[in-house]
Amino acid sequence: MADKVLMKGNEALAEAAIMAGCRHYFGYPITPQTEVAAYLAKRMPQIGGTFLQAESEVAAINMVIGVASAGKRVMTSSSSPGISLKSEGISYLAGCDLPALIVNVQRGGPGLGGIQPSQSDYFQATRGAGHGDFRMLVLAPASVQEMASLVFKGFDLADKYRMTTMILADGTMGQMMEPVSLDMGEVKAYEKPWAVTGTKGERTHNIVNSLSLLPEELEQWNIRRYEMYKQIEETEAMHEEFMTEDADIVVVAFGVAARVARNAIVAAREKGIKAGMIRPITLWPFPKKVLFEKAKTAKAFISVELNMGQMIEDVELSIRCSRPVYLCSRTGGMIPTPEQVLQSIEKAAKENGGDKE
Amino acid sequence: MKQVNILISGFGGQGVLFTGKVLAYEGLLENREVTWLPSYGPEMRGGTASCSVIISDTPIGSPLVPNPDVLIAMNLPSLDKFEDAVAPGGMIFYDSSLIDREVKRADVKAFGIPATKIAGEEGMATLANMIIMGKMLKETDMFPQEAIEKTIQKVVSAKRQNLIELNKKAISLGYEL
Repeated sequence: MADKVLMKGNEALAEAAIMAGCRHYFGYPITPQTEVAAYLAKRMPQIGGTFLQAESEVAAINMVIGVASAGKRVMTSSSSPGISLKSEGISYLAGCDLPALIVNVQRGGPGLGGIQPSQSDYFQATRGAGHGDFRMLVLAPASVQEMASLVFKGFDLADKYRMTTMILADGTMGQMMEPVSLDMGEVKAYEKPWAVTGTKGERTHNIVNSLSLLPEELEQWNIRRYEMYKQIEETEAMHEEFMTEDADIVVVAFGVAARVARNAIVAAREKGIKAGMIRPITLWPFPKKVLFEKAKTAKAFISVELNMGQMIEDVELSIRCSRPVYLCSRTGGMIPTPEQVLQSIEKAAKENGGDKE
Repeated sequence: MKQVNILISGFGGQGVLFTGKVLAYEGLLENREVTWLPSYGPEMRGGTASCSVIISDTPIGSPLVPNPDVLIAMNLPSLDKFEDAVAPGGMIFYDSSLIDREVKRADVKAFGIPATKIAGEEGMATLANMIIMGKMLKETDMFPQEAIEKTIQKVVSAKRQNLIELNKKAISLGYEL
């Protein structure tokens, strides 16, 4: 592991963005993601890139729209309240079919909330990042390594589909250090014939715009996008399984919740309970097929989250409510303990006949 | 060593995060799994700062350390806050020049080290953390002294290379206690 370095999640993410070819970053400070901006403030000038601390989150996201329109890889990052401010711009990015990468290192909410880790922007990320009919690719890192590798992947997906990718992390992922390999591989280049880069008098103007006053036309734009979303749901869902082969009780968790749940599953196995975990890596598209298939053999599911129960709705939808789904959660900046998750596993096992070998 | 959970706590400025970083870096160099998680937020301004370090031979689940096997308490609020959380059979290393009480728990091993006092006498006022860490490494046998001394050279920032020898000396003072 000589090639591994010890880095904070926020810094590994920022370095991976550079390695993915991102040379434009626009941000505004907010805990717990400020290290992303601090790191890029130092690095971007060294490599001829642009770091700009905007006057507000709203300004930053509109600068992102500008660079994305020109066909360049671009990133902004913030934490929960700041993402709400960016939501208008996120909707415009979708309406303009522009690729961009947005990082949300979540903290507790609603409102100004707190600064400790949270996953309470799940709904916002997967359902309503802004007004209108649209989807965003949502990737949920559960390690510092994934803070880096999913940024790299996220830029690729954004270019591939001309969509916004959101990295939905939390304060723990941003602040902690772990060994990370920054060997990210080759950057795949995408042709961007739609970019507004000047016609040089040789072609007609490209227009990047989200306005259509003809409802027939706007409807077609949306239908076309949703046909693409359907294809993405078929091909791009990512997940990781842990001890699920024979699992009666299946924990579903992402990010730091999945890290905590892992301890609980090991402890449950030691007590003879067949527990396992499906960890969604993409929250949209949600790995619903995997859950649907697992529901044929599992006895119950537990959604472990740092919120009042948001992803649990996707778990229930994915398995068509064919099995009981329990919620194990803390919110407001609190993190469930492995003991709390273990108790949920024991309860689910007891109530669904999964407590005996 | 299957998995060791370490919690280091003290005032902001006592080098709590740095101490954790040295241990995590040594774990990395030994090809072990490691996590380092700082407390972050308003408590870092004048209050108690802490960091959780896990070093393990197997992939680490939760990076949080609710029940440390090893607690380093650099000030009284830290000992008050975390003494009860230490795992039974665990170890507490505390700065006895700043903490005017004994460890109450009978089911843990406690080591009072007058680290701040020694550091002052030795002209290394900011290195009480390394003295305590040296003592901790000796008692736990976590890492060999030579390995840590090498690691220190990598963790100390480029601007402060002049402090490497002083850091090494502080660690060895801890070992000698």
